[in-house]
Formats: sequence, structure tokens, C-alpha cells
Amino acid sequence: MFDNLSLFVSTISRGLLLTVEATVGGILIATVLSFVFGLAMLSRSRTVRLVARIYVEIWRGTSEVVQLLWIYFVLPVLIGYRIVPLVAGIVVLGLNFGAYGAEIVRGAVQSVPKAQYEGAIALNLTPAQRMRRVILPQALVEMVPPFNNLFIQLLKGSALLTMITVHEMTYQAREVLIDRNIDQAWLIWTLVLLFYLVLAILITIGMRLLERWAARLVGRKPDERSIFSRRKKPVLAETVSAGGGPL
Amino acid sequence: MIWDWDYFWEALPIVVGDGLWITFQVTLLGSIVAYLLGMVLALLRRSRIRVVSTVTWAFIEFIRSTPLLVQLFFLFFVFPDFGLKFGPVTTGVIALGLHYSTYAAEVYRAGIEAVPVGQWEAATALSLPRARTWRAVILPQAIPRVLPALGNYTISMVKETPLLLTIGVTDIAGAAFQEASSTYRYVEPITIAGLLFLVLSYSASLLVRWLERRVGTLH
Repeated sequence: MFDNLSLFVSTISRGLLLTVEATVGGILIATVLSFVFGLAMLSRSRTVRLVARIYVEIWRGTSEVVQLLWIYFVLPVLIGYRIVPLVAGIVVLGLNFGAYGAEIVRGAVQSVPKAQYEGAIALNLTPAQRMRRVILPQALVEMVPPFNNLFIQLLKGSALLTMITVHEMTYQAREVLIDRNIDQAWLIWTLVLLFYLVLAILITIGMRLLERWAARLVGRKPDERSIFSRRKKPVLAETVSAGGGPL
Repeated sequence: MIWDWDYFWEALPIVVGDGLWITFQVTLLGSIVAYLLGMVLALLRRSRIRVVSTVTWAFIEFIRSTPLLVQLFFLFFVFPDFGLKFGPVTTGVIALGLHYSTYAAEVYRAGIEAVPVGQWEAATALSLPRARTWRAVILPQAIPRVLPALGNYTISMVKETPLLLTIGVTDIAGAAFQEASSTYRYVEPITIAGLLFLVLSYSASLLVRWLERRVGTLH
């Protein structure tokens, strides 16, 4: 029953690196975009806010699958050359989850008490100093738990890269293993699920460490949750933006 | 010319005609499964029997941490081993419903916990049986308040129905891709699919916002 176990594990492992690359690449792009567009949504300029809003609505409102198909099949027609599947995948993951992340950044910055702004103004800090030294460090603590959930969603989203022939873990199982081992499908897919579970747990551990560091940075005591537990987001206090739906 | 309006108008009815109904059907049925199963999970999670609540917790975390696509493949390939011959649409509905039920469970849990303790105490004081307390006191207060949050997950689900094209269901994205593959013209059909999803999720989010105002989401 478990004869092929080592074959299965090693084949799926061959996709592990690509899954990790796609996830890490996606996380990096998404994080940058989250901050850029999250802060842009709070800009005083109407135009900047509008641009940021349009980005967020388009990338949250259309499906990730459609975005992948679009970048992979449509964009080459428009620009004239083909994009490497992995790059296309990372770009879509970054752009898609960056749109969700922008809302997280916006919300966290807005949740910093108003007195902190007033204090910073009273101390004659420039707007840049105010944001960098006072507001962002405090907002960061609030951002980490929702970003933890977001990054796990992104990891899950990386499985879709199978559809544009990135040879990541799901692809290895679906295209390499399954047809010849159809009678052991349950084992193959269970293994794949476990691989993803482990990666998700690693993300949570990393984010918990980040959260503790961020809390120390602003002189707060890190809460006592175990390093493995991620904080659930307050589902009832959700404000829906158009195109929306939480992750 | 890269963008062809004539072809756009030609492809639009095909994509809408073939795909929209399936997307609607799958989302509706998937939501029903998710809402019902989510309630069951939420109640099991609150069970006083330790083993039951721990196993439920582990199940919820496992499903939430792993990709829907892989879960879909799991069901698609493993159901036949148990002699279950479901069509791709049914398999997709079950996968979506199962995946989102774990999110719905979390929503119900929050809703149930938001019911003031005094309501439980009053039910005890009236010595209402446990089943009646749930049915007549707690759930009628909890459920309306969680409807917007559940609605949000339905919006997410709409955007995940295209996953089903991997097992041969032609939803909006599937229909667009099929049309594109048969004519080798990708630009218009796939753009149409994107626009349709934008319209669908935008209008759905307006609906949820209206619902939110109606029931007054609590914080």
C-alpha cells in the first residue's frame, strides 16, 4: 500500500522549490504593493487615492484564475513576447494579494489612535517622519496577524500555477504521478496536502516571530499565544469594499 | 489590430451563455453546503466532549491551510475509489462547500460568542432545554448578524469557481478559455471573463453592504 511512498514524496519534493519560489516571490511583491497602494489610499490627493482604489478593485474583483490566463495567454499577444510561466505566476500572485494587502495596510494605519498624529504634529515632525517614526511602527503590530492569513492564502493560491504549467508541487502530482498511480490517488493527494500544511505552519511561525519583534519595537509586551497559533481575524467587523469579500 | 470589437460582441454571448449559469449554480449550491456544514462544524467545535472539539479544530485548520485546488483533485480522484460516481459539477460543489464551510464555521463561532452571556443565563433561569436554548434564543440572535460576513465568503467563492475548469466544468472562465482555444484568439474572451467577474463581485458586494446596513454589523 505504501510501496511507492518514497517515489511519491521525492516527486512532489521536486516541485517544492518552485512552490517556495513562487510563494516567496509573490509575498515580496505583494508586500511592496500593499504598502505602496495602502498608503496611497490614504493620500491627500484625490487622483492618487483614485488610482489606488482602481488597482485594488480590479485585482480583487477579478478571479485569480482569470488573471493567470490573462497574463499568460493575452498579455503575450498584446506585448509581442511570451512570459516565463513562473514569472507570470509570481506577478499575478503579487498583484492579486497586494490588492488585499493594501486594504490591510490602510486599515492598520487608520487604527492608530488620532492622538499619535496630534503628538507627532506637536513635536514638529515632518509628515514623512511622522509616518515612518510614529505611525507605521505601531500600525505594523496590527498588520502582522492579517498578513499571516494573507500569506497563507497566497501559498494556497500558488497551487493554481499548475494551470499555466509551472512545475510546482500540485503539477508534479497532477501531471507526473497521478495517471500511472491512479489507484493510490488518495495517498498522493494526502501527501501534497501535508506538504502545503507544513509550509503554512512555517509561514505562521515566521509571522509570529515577526509580530513579537514588531511588538517589542514599540515597547509593547508580546501576547502570550503559542508561536504556532495564528490570530483569527474579527470576521464580524469586516467592512466590505466593492469587488471584495475577505480571504 | 489586436483588439477586435466585432469578435468581442461575437464572443460575449457565448461566454455568458455557456458560463454564467454554471458559475451561478455552483456558487449557490456551494454556499448552501458551506453554510449548513459550517454550522455543524461550529457546533461540533463547541462540543463539551474534548475529543470532538479538538478533532473539529484540527479539521478546520487543515482545510483552511491547504489549497482548494488540491482538495478538489483529492475529491475528484478519490471519490471513484469509494464507488461514488459524481459528475464534475457535483464534485466541484462539494469541494467548494467543504472548503468554505471551515470559514463559515469561524463566522458562526464569532456570531455565537457575540450573543451576550445574559441570554444564556436567562435561558438557564427559565430552565429551557439545551436544544431549545440554541434554537429559540441563541441562533436567532447570532445568525442575522453573521449574514454579511457569510455573504463576503460567497463573493470569494464566485471568484474561485474557475478552479473547476481543471476538472472540466465550464464556468465563465472555462467557457471563455474554451472559446479562446477553439479560435486561437485569446484576447477578447479572457478579457470578457475578467470583466464579468468584476461586474459580478462588484454587484454582489453592493448587496452585502446593503445587508450589512440592514442587520447592523456589530463590532
